[in-house]
Amino acid sequence: MRRWLLPLLLWLAMPVAVALPMAPALAVQPDEMLADPALEARARAISKDLRCVVCQNQSIDDSDAPLARDLRIVVREQLTQGSSDTETMDYIVQRYGHFVLLKPPVEPATWALWLGPFAVLGFGGMGLWLWSRGRHPADVVPLTPEEAVAIASFTDSPTP
Amino acid sequence: MFAEIGHFALILAFLVAMAQAVLPMVGAVRGDSSLMLFGRTAAQLQALLILTAFAMLMISFARADFSVALVAQHASLSQPLAYRLAATWGNHEGSMVLWVLILALFGAGIGRFGDNLRPALQARVLSVQAMIGVAFLAFSLFTSNPFLRLAPAPLDGSELNPLLQDPGLVFHPPLLYLGYVGFSVTFSFAVAALLEGRADAAWARWMRPWVLAAWIPLTCGIALGSFWAYYELGWGGWWFWDPVENASLMPWLLGTALLHSAIVTEKRQALAGWTILLAILAFSLSLIGTFLVRSGILTSVHAFAVDPARGVFILAMIIGSTGTALALFAWRAPMLRSGSLFAGVSRETGLTLNNLFLMAVTAVVFLGTFYPVIMEAVSTDKISVGPPYYNLVFVPLAVPLLLLVTVGPLLAWKRDSLVTLAPKLKWPALLTLAVFAVLAAVLGLKNAQAAFGFALAFWLILGGLMVLARRWQGTAGLSWRLMRTTPAAVVGMALAHAGLGFTVAGVTAMSSFAESKILVMRPGETTALGAMQVTLASIGAAKGPNYEAVQAHFTVRQGNSIRDLDSEKRFFPISRNQTTEAGIGTGLLGNSYIAIGDQQQGPNGSGIVVRIYHHPLVGWIWFGALMMAMGGAASLADRRFRIGAPLKSPQTPTLGNLPGQGLRPGMVPAE
Amino acid sequence: MKRLIFILPVFAFVALIAVFGVGLTKDPKELPSQLIDRPLPQFALPGIEAVPGGGPGFASASLKGEPLLLNVFASWCAACPQEHPVLTRIGEEGFPVYGIAWKDKPVDSRAWIERFGDPYKAIAADENGRTAIDLGVTGVPETFIVDRNGRVRFKQIGPISPETWKGKIKPLMLKLRAEA
Repeated sequence: MRRWLLPLLLWLAMPVAVALPMAPALAVQPDEMLADPALEARARAISKDLRCVVCQNQSIDDSDAPLARDLRIVVREQLTQGSSDTETMDYIVQRYGHFVLLKPPVEPATWALWLGPFAVLGFGGMGLWLWSRGRHPADVVPLTPEEAVAIASFTDSPTP
Repeated sequence: MFAEIGHFALILAFLVAMAQAVLPMVGAVRGDSSLMLFGRTAAQLQALLILTAFAMLMISFARADFSVALVAQHASLSQPLAYRLAATWGNHEGSMVLWVLILALFGAGIGRFGDNLRPALQARVLSVQAMIGVAFLAFSLFTSNPFLRLAPAPLDGSELNPLLQDPGLVFHPPLLYLGYVGFSVTFSFAVAALLEGRADAAWARWMRPWVLAAWIPLTCGIALGSFWAYYELGWGGWWFWDPVENASLMPWLLGTALLHSAIVTEKRQALAGWTILLAILAFSLSLIGTFLVRSGILTSVHAFAVDPARGVFILAMIIGSTGTALALFAWRAPMLRSGSLFAGVSRETGLTLNNLFLMAVTAVVFLGTFYPVIMEAVSTDKISVGPPYYNLVFVPLAVPLLLLVTVGPLLAWKRDSLVTLAPKLKWPALLTLAVFAVLAAVLGLKNAQAAFGFALAFWLILGGLMVLARRWQGTAGLSWRLMRTTPAAVVGMALAHAGLGFTVAGVTAMSSFAESKILVMRPGETTALGAMQVTLASIGAAKGPNYEAVQAHFTVRQGNSIRDLDSEKRFFPISRNQTTEAGIGTGLLGNSYIAIGDQQQGPNGSGIVVRIYHHPLVGWIWFGALMMAMGGAASLADRRFRIGAPLKSPQTPTLGNLPGQGLRPGMVPAE
Repeated sequence: MKRLIFILPVFAFVALIAVFGVGLTKDPKELPSQLIDRPLPQFALPGIEAVPGGGPGFASASLKGEPLLLNVFASWCAACPQEHPVLTRIGEEGFPVYGIAWKDKPVDSRAWIERFGDPYKAIAADENGRTAIDLGVTGVPETFIVDRNGRVRFKQIGPISPETWKGKIKPLMLKLRAEA
């Protein structure tokens, strides 16, 4: 049992936020961009996590739609006024609901979403472990004298 | 007239399919060999008929016959011929004909190349295959008839969406369909095995080439789709976790698991139930993918014109096929003979873990794609699941799997131990850790995850090389002979696993080090991004067969190299659409990517919006995928695994002298 | 126990199909409003008249006292002309209809109103779209049903058809009128 502890700990210690941000995207126009690069970077990051509600599955950072542009500008306005990242996201969520969050909220309704795959791994692994424990080679029972004679006759006789 | 011939051929194919669905199965149950043989003839006839129908449809597109409604909706006179032909499958109805065509061709293949199959098994497989064909032909004929006429015929049609007028369109859907539909064959094999009550080594050996026959085109199709999105969509994205993309990834993941699980069933007669389940699920996910694209249940950039009525039909098909198969599984799978035992540390365990992790990773994609639908059904709240979710959950589950990929081939079958394993891993592990340490130092601690990613890629490529390098042992002469006689499947494994490493490297580089700059430029101005100096040389106009364009010429200087890149913004007057063609400078270590936007006021006056990107190692993503596909092809070419492999006189299989190996036990661990 | 594992996929499948079946009946693009049972967000918008400043328009504070409809429209909206006769009839039946012109230049809104008719008690211009964002508007036309206390009670996404008016919205308006 102890042998598995180290690999498990190593795995858990691995940075969970090994994120894969996609390559920087298209639709932001130069006239929207903020002069302050730090604020602009925050605006881009927030925009990537907000869904364009009139598009087919794009973030407002990626989309050309007019509403997406408006929302990008709103995000920048909020940041310039001093809102934090969370407050800015909440501003948009207040108006459009959780649908606009590309990272689904972590709440009881979405536990199955966030934990489901780990559960598959966990239950599957447990099932395998239990199955492997239940299988051992059949206990060896010595031959009875009759069986020994029968086997001797088989092995000594010529093949048909 | 062509359309009517095509329609008629499709109807005939439907009738033949119905016969093929019933008669060979009856023959298999009764032991009637003539009925069983009928299956083969029917399969080939069906393929011929559907080929005729497809050809007729294609001819209608080629002739720009606008009296056929489909042609009028998706082709115009000014559309180049290549794209008129490709438009045959660039729409819902036509793509369904392509689907049934490939289904029938695979069926004919089973009939043609399955001479070594037990007649009863072959008959059952052909029957199940035909049942699927009946369902899809019915779907096509009754809800999505491609041959409907339009009267009066318009003088010109509406053109195909310009985004789809691209060489990628010619190949992307057919490749994907070869994959999706190819898994129907493994599905049929699985169901046939359940009906027969037998899923033994021979069954797995017959099935394996078909898994590869589906997996290879699917790999290529997904890679091509990613590549196409990269150069066509104008900002260099290569994967968006869009529902339809996910719908292609899920069968691929399970198909990979199936491929490896079938190896265990073939070698050790173990994991038969799991192999069957994977085969059923892989095709079911193909069907669910079809359902996704055509029913309107989820929004996606890929969706065809959506129609819930069609969605209901497809759902009925899924219930019929997957539901029956899973019910059959619940009933019959427990009766399958359990396979041989294996120890806690063994190749079988490695492959079992491989199965488990791949299923967990598939669960991520599945839950991410369908959770919004599930939430909508059970509550009033609407949520979205986008890239942030996948990035957070997919990666932690994929990493252990990738680590395992290099370890697995080093394990022996049946019984191995950590004591034997550790020495083999010592040098690779140390080297990889060294790579990680060096990269972490060079790239900085804030890029530690990129260093980890590159180290992981190195680990995978090293693993691929080790598979081959292990054959170098003993004297030089012996080693050389061992290398020369490397089984093709072993070469395949090395290629595929190393290819995975290249893809991981490309993904890591793009995620952490891609750069961009967006600004307004005027002709003559220069700007810098990273090591690149980009000058906008001039702006002009250009014209194509069905579009007009604004074209910008750029000069890119990097170090000692100078190259010219052009970017266009195209306007298609007929469909009133716009596309952006990016100028891409490809290189071994990355691409430079320039896309223009609209006119805007800049700091120095009126100019054009220019987006400049640097995409490090992006080409490695698709190069790795190509290596994986080639690995699969090498494996397919291995004569030991093809159905037509010569039957040797039956020997009791023991470790080391399995048919076709030709090596004495103890020389090289069994592959 | 072993049997259970084999039956699990079937059960999971049945659940999935049920979800898909329900999913087919819903529209994935329709976004439920966040404003239901909440007060209208505050705004004060100018009008669309041909005078500097656009004229008075109206403010959210004046949208109370009796149940009313708040209709978001635009001159570039393809479905709005479809809805217009219904809105005119609604106005004639005695229910107040207010209009917000979304992302439109007042001159275009005026031209559109002249062409299709003016069913509105008052029209406001939301040129930059901020008020529409506060309302959670995602497209045009959209109509909010506001009760006498200024709370939003219902949001109609898309044009109001005669059937929708008769079957859903008119009964709601009558009910809101009867409320205290």
